[in-house]
Amino acid sequence: MKILYGMQKPDEGTIAINGEQVSFSNPGDAIERGIGMVHQHFMLADNFTVLENVVLGGEKLYGIGSGARKKIKEISDAYGLGIRPDALVEDLGVADRQRVEILKVLYRGARILILDEPTAVLVPQEVDALFANLRELKAEGLTVIFISHKLGEVLSVADDITVIRRGTTVGTADPASTTTKQLAELMVGSELPSPETRESTVTDVPMLRVRDLALTVTDPDGTVRDVLAGIDLTIHQGEVLGIAGVEGNGQTELIEALIGMRIPDGGVITLDQDDISQVPTRKRREAGIGYIPEDRHRHGVLLDAPLWENRILGHVTEKPNSRGWLLDNKAARADTERIVREYDVRTPGIEVTAASLSGGNQQKLIVGREMSHAPKLLIAAHPTRGVDVGAQAQIWDQIREARREGLAVLLISADLDELIGLSDTLRVMYRGRLVADADPATITPEELGSAMTGAATGHLESPEDEAR
Amino acid sequence: MKKFDKDRLILGFAGPVLALVVALALTTVVLLASGRNPFEPYRIMFESASYVDVQVLIVNQAGTYYLAALAVAVGFRMNLFNIGVDGQYRLAAMMAALVGASVSLPGPLHIALIVIVAMLVGAFWAGIAGFLKTTRGVSEVVSTIMLNSIATALVAWLILPKNFGEQPAGSNNLTTGEIAESGWFPGLPMGDQAGEIYGFTFVAAGCGLLYWFVLNHTRFGFDLRATGASESAAQASGVDAKKMILTSMLISGAVAGLAGMPTLLGDTHTYSLDFPTGIGFTGITIALLGRNNPLGIAFSALLIAFLDKSSASLDQYGYEKEIATIMQGLIVISVVVSYELVRRYGIRRQQQKVGEELAAGHAIKTEKEAAL
Repeated sequence: MKILYGMQKPDEGTIAINGEQVSFSNPGDAIERGIGMVHQHFMLADNFTVLENVVLGGEKLYGIGSGARKKIKEISDAYGLGIRPDALVEDLGVADRQRVEILKVLYRGARILILDEPTAVLVPQEVDALFANLRELKAEGLTVIFISHKLGEVLSVADDITVIRRGTTVGTADPASTTTKQLAELMVGSELPSPETRESTVTDVPMLRVRDLALTVTDPDGTVRDVLAGIDLTIHQGEVLGIAGVEGNGQTELIEALIGMRIPDGGVITLDQDDISQVPTRKRREAGIGYIPEDRHRHGVLLDAPLWENRILGHVTEKPNSRGWLLDNKAARADTERIVREYDVRTPGIEVTAASLSGGNQQKLIVGREMSHAPKLLIAAHPTRGVDVGAQAQIWDQIREARREGLAVLLISADLDELIGLSDTLRVMYRGRLVADADPATITPEELGSAMTGAATGHLESPEDEAR
Repeated sequence: MKKFDKDRLILGFAGPVLALVVALALTTVVLLASGRNPFEPYRIMFESASYVDVQVLIVNQAGTYYLAALAVAVGFRMNLFNIGVDGQYRLAAMMAALVGASVSLPGPLHIALIVIVAMLVGAFWAGIAGFLKTTRGVSEVVSTIMLNSIATALVAWLILPKNFGEQPAGSNNLTTGEIAESGWFPGLPMGDQAGEIYGFTFVAAGCGLLYWFVLNHTRFGFDLRATGASESAAQASGVDAKKMILTSMLISGAVAGLAGMPTLLGDTHTYSLDFPTGIGFTGITIALLGRNNPLGIAFSALLIAFLDKSSASLDQYGYEKEIATIMQGLIVISVVVSYELVRRYGIRRQQQKVGEELAAGHAIKTEKEAAL
């Protein structure tokens, strides 16, 4: 993907566009050839309008004034994107921002679109809308490369499927005659993993209790905004509590308040009978909170440090990493090798830097590290994001196993199948509040999706009940 | 695994070597452009460095530089740029000299008192910047630069005869008064002509050892490095970032305070207007060149001290000794550029190698694979 977009040079092999062999030395070349990329993480300036964002860097194409506006309107109408050129990007939702990204690419004359995990941040209804847009593009003769690890989506939108595993093409499939199961087997080379948990292991011993947690932030313009309000939740030993919600509705802040990186404005956090509301982060982690952060590069690893130093990170005061005030580098190294073996981290050794591993392997290292300290509570934010299907199944297994031994898990994920499959209890977060709860045994992703957009509150019933 | 370590070693040397070669080449260009013999100055410098007395000067100078560079390096490892080492060092040396001259104590105690005062003053001065950063978010770069100027003014004021200074008879110089002999740090005599190596130079070497040990083998050192590598990750791992900033500024300042000690305790025994200045800035160059590594800093300190001391003889042969200054400047520029180049190359290379090794099936055997 990076190679197609000119961000990296291939060692060998060729790329042909419309039968013509090409080579790119930078993204500019790729754009010139009509290749456009929509990144998983949006690259938009929040305080600019849509028009300004689209024009930025492409000022020479249609100017920056009415010409550009006309062109944007034209593209937007042609493909049914519904873009308002004068809206501020910061006021737009995730789905709208994604459409802006697509428009940005089309504006630059792209005929081939690469979309990298475009649905990761969308609720099911938005996914359907995106797919409708993609079909429009297709109908206009554009080529779309859709990269996703969600098999159902690939099957429903694609005309042709190529499966890549560990850097090589392992097969192609025709979506009309392939099932998700067959596709998954191609992807992992084995059975389809499923996040479903069979038997319940929930006990009635509360492990984490949060009462009336509130957090406000002051915006640059001086207005005070509730980020978290009236959060009440209890997680018992052996229970997985899943929180569904469109990203940016307070999940990040909730996690950071629980781990001690943000000081809440009110509320009580109790871990295993102890009030930890005022306790600093390190003490909380020592008390048994494991943490799989949502942004592993920012919060989970030191990219330039070797794996064994990353194994120490977050647990520097605990065995086997240190004895008293001194580090025990030898023991930490030995234990890193154990984690690499047990958690299937693909690496030639423990002296390589974290940056040289793939995202999935970094994640496995983090999971292994957090599980190695027998946590009482695991905060898992998007534990399988950016992780290949094989590793995903393994991480699910590990969470399930720890849950059986009495671990309490707070699971936050944008992958609704993962949430529904792993959780014992589901809550929905919307604008900093827990607005709805649901039984994962009966709820459907679509239903959950509507609650995530604030359309439904209270206890969510299963569709059968509703139909009656 | 061995292979990676060897790679890292080679890459570790590649940076400084590349920088020095480029700096040397550029200096030669400068010499050519100004119509000088481009090789003669180097010969003169090397010849001068072959005398024992010059060598002693170099080693003594290197000791001072080493401490200043360690002070800078402590900050660098934390992603803090303590430009104020110079001010911390001068203020500390002066206060220590004042205290040292005004008391009489038995030998070791006297020395210990002077050293402790110097460390406390240095830490205090750097601590101001640390305090401002943690409470008000003031960039330590700005505040330490300004504190340098304030230190200059403060020292000039304190040393006035009407305050704490003295004016030796028949001289325009101002001093803090001479420290009694009990407060002199014994040196290592190198022969009649050569003078002696300051005893404090060995303390400096000890500081380097301590720096290495604390950074690599203590929890505190790990927290410090983690914060320097990624503040957000360190915070998530439980490091109190503010406390860490303040602590490392205090340590940096305390070490900066030590930088004046070799000269004060081993040579001048007083702080006067002609006490060496600019040590802190040279320390930045050396810390950069030595990549914050205690051994690297030692070599860099020796190199810069060599340039300083051996260039003195250039004047006698009709060359300007500023040639060495030009060279130092060029070293700084090429160091920054070449380290970044080598770093990027290193990352790319390692990613490539890891990919290759994995593709070739050289991964550590995991249990999952063993089970298959």
